[in-house]
Amino acid sequence: MSSLASPPNPTALGRQPSQPLLWLRRLRPGVALAGALVAFLLLATLVPALLTGKDPYAVDLSATLQAPSLEHIMGTDQSGRDLYARVIYGARESLLIGLGATALSMALAIALGVAAGLGNRWVDGIVSRGLEVMFAFPVLLLALLFVAVFGPSAATEILAVGIGTAPGYARMVRGQVLAVRDSGYVEAARALGHPYGSIVRRHIFPNAMRPLVVMFTLGVGQSIVWASGIAFLGLGVPPPAPEWGALLNAGRPYVTQAWWLEVMPGLVIVLFSLSLTTLGRHIQQRLEGGISR
Amino acid sequence: MTTPSVTQPAAVAVPHDPERDLLRVENLRVAFGEPGAEQEVVHGVSFSLAPGECLAIVGESGSGKSVSARTLVGLTGGRSRVQADRLELDGESLLEMSDRRWRSIRGRKVGFILQDALVSLDQLRPVGKEIDEALRLHDWGGRPARRRRVRELLELVGVPEPEVRAKQRPYELSGGLRQRALIASAIAMDPQLIIADEPTTALDMTVQAQVLEQLEAAKRRGKALILISHDLAVVSKLADTVAVMAGGQILEYAPAERLFARPEHAYTRALIEAIPSADSRGRRLSPAQRRAPLGAVERRPESDGPVLSASELVKRFRGPDGVDRTVVDDVSFSLGQGETLGIVGESGSGKTTTARLALALLDPDGGEVSLAGEAWSGLPERSRRQRRREISVIYQDPLSSFDPRWSVEQILLDALGEEYAGAAAKRARAVELLELVGLEQEHLKRRPLQLSGGQRQRVAIARALAPQPQVIVCDEPVSALDVSIQAQVLDLLADLQKELGVSYLFISHDLGVIHHISDRVLVMCDGKVVEQGSADDVLVRPRHPYTQKLVASLPALERPAPPTEPLREVAA
Repeated sequence: MSSLASPPNPTALGRQPSQPLLWLRRLRPGVALAGALVAFLLLATLVPALLTGKDPYAVDLSATLQAPSLEHIMGTDQSGRDLYARVIYGARESLLIGLGATALSMALAIALGVAAGLGNRWVDGIVSRGLEVMFAFPVLLLALLFVAVFGPSAATEILAVGIGTAPGYARMVRGQVLAVRDSGYVEAARALGHPYGSIVRRHIFPNAMRPLVVMFTLGVGQSIVWASGIAFLGLGVPPPAPEWGALLNAGRPYVTQAWWLEVMPGLVIVLFSLSLTTLGRHIQQRLEGGISR
Repeated sequence: MTTPSVTQPAAVAVPHDPERDLLRVENLRVAFGEPGAEQEVVHGVSFSLAPGECLAIVGESGSGKSVSARTLVGLTGGRSRVQADRLELDGESLLEMSDRRWRSIRGRKVGFILQDALVSLDQLRPVGKEIDEALRLHDWGGRPARRRRVRELLELVGVPEPEVRAKQRPYELSGGLRQRALIASAIAMDPQLIIADEPTTALDMTVQAQVLEQLEAAKRRGKALILISHDLAVVSKLADTVAVMAGGQILEYAPAERLFARPEHAYTRALIEAIPSADSRGRRLSPAQRRAPLGAVERRPESDGPVLSASELVKRFRGPDGVDRTVVDDVSFSLGQGETLGIVGESGSGKTTTARLALALLDPDGGEVSLAGEAWSGLPERSRRQRRREISVIYQDPLSSFDPRWSVEQILLDALGEEYAGAAAKRARAVELLELVGLEQEHLKRRPLQLSGGQRQRVAIARALAPQPQVIVCDEPVSALDVSIQAQVLDLLADLQKELGVSYLFISHDLGVIHHISDRVLVMCDGKVVEQGSADDVLVRPRHPYTQKLVASLPALERPAPPTEPLREVAA
């Protein structure tokens, strides 16, 4: 009997004795690549000069619209500026917009979702209907609205993308809060006589927020794509700032002669958001694996 | 009841005529995992079965009983390796078959009935279509012939108004009708062998009796039946032969009468001993010795009045159609100190709602609850909060009642009151609580997920004891546990009552469990109390027709004569 009741062996739970760098070897190659790319671009936001010797603003009219070469690995633009340097220097602005927009969006989502999940029928009704209206409102239209009011800038992009993507997260937070609110452990805590406020703080909030950690990583990649779209329409950071979406916008008139002006920044945006998504999924699996086992 | 040692008794003491055998299994081995890193879960089991006979494979979770049976329909799953000296159905080897061949065997030669019809039937498809599909897959007859056959089959399994029922979807049918429809689809092609894997585990007592009746009818028609169950009492009615499995081996394989009358293997004996029933009252169910009572235990001072009482409780809920349903209707009871009041009833009878009313997690629409002689229901939560420590609760599923982020230590510390000042005192008390429920200090750092089912329920009991309550509401606390673990938990609850003088409001659908543990019993049906009285009065001499029906549906186990030698522990 004793062995029938014995707990699973901890090593059987997939926890190997730690060996230096063992975790690195166990990473799947896709995850490792994604991690490398994100690390590279994070470095670019902090010390761009380390990754390129060129000045992203230096105009060289003798070398305009040059195709990618050893000298200019991503080619040059219509003013002869090195595209690689502009992408590297633009990472900071783009990442800032991505992080800012996601943070704003999450903050809004938590406030609205928790209010709807814990509030009474009226609060829930009002918030939920409001979210549905926001769902029907295109993010780009929202961006136009903000640009019309505040003028094109990074802050405008953050506002537009942050508010535009909040309803989706808010719906998720509301669902989580509802699920945790009706869970066995919340009832158990009530039966122990804990005040409701402390139950919300100690059980409902942390458990409902858990999936958001992962959603945040996924959200940053999404936000960067959204922000690039807005900037591509010329509603974002004004030139000559090297933000990624703005680079796309600047290259548009030359696309027939210089494909790299569109393809290179586009590729970076795609790879970066893909990498963040891959990492997010990886973290998600690790967390859920740890919890469901 | 240790997991038995590896030496398998030279079993097969079952006299039978090998010529008649429909099924012959010899030295069956099943392993899972990647080649090279395989883990064997069934270590060479052998059995055989003749038409018109029933073999019961009995064992606890992880014993390999389901896997063994699934080899006969080729459903052991990917990455499994099935080996046997012989695996023959009707003279045909079932080893190394292609998927295509398996599909022609399943349904046509072997019918497979799963535990829960709600899961195994397509929710969006009328049950008649489901049965029709079983026929169509094997190109049986034309459309009109199949229609007649579906009707016939539903009649055969005792479904009233088969024409109407055939058009209904599983969720529109009751649990019993659903399970019978599932049986109908399994026997549609008139297979010679029927395998039923825990066919009644999710069902209410009275429904279970109906389903067992259907299986018995199939046996009378000359079908061979393999019945897989964790419950010896359930199989005792039907089985001709019983194979007791544990740890992937058959420990005892004997004709049913012999096995129940004179179980030879200690494990079998312990399994039979572990079944709670009227006869087991006041006796320990598990072979484990009672641990020495702890020294300083605060026993409650004796008191006269009831610690918990309810009078004329009424609770209504509004259904999705906007109509109020009375879920608890005029329920009254009282619970004295150190007493156990059992509430028994089938699903939907209002047991759990009564429990939540007693815990004041719900307020009644009528009537009142009082705790320790003072008003308890209908008060503002603020004034109730301090007194909540007087009454605590144990749930059926302990895992969902623990915050998944918390360790056992956090769970217990959280349940302790203000009277323990300082971290050291609190921790010492947490360890004391663990010892009280038979766990150890090392379990403090574990998370509930790293504990076994029985250990989790022990932690839940420790948490319920932490506030030093007068009353513990136990809502189906052993229903999700294996028989032997159930026995340990029931023993533990009885020990704690003796030591601490705590009262239990004990809810269960299982008459045996209720009879074993309760002093007095309350029988609920459709929200009403139909009968109330001492356990023996109600369950041995039931007066109300509903109680009589319940008691009649209890599969009674012919108990063996007391063993001449005392139960000995098996060496690990």
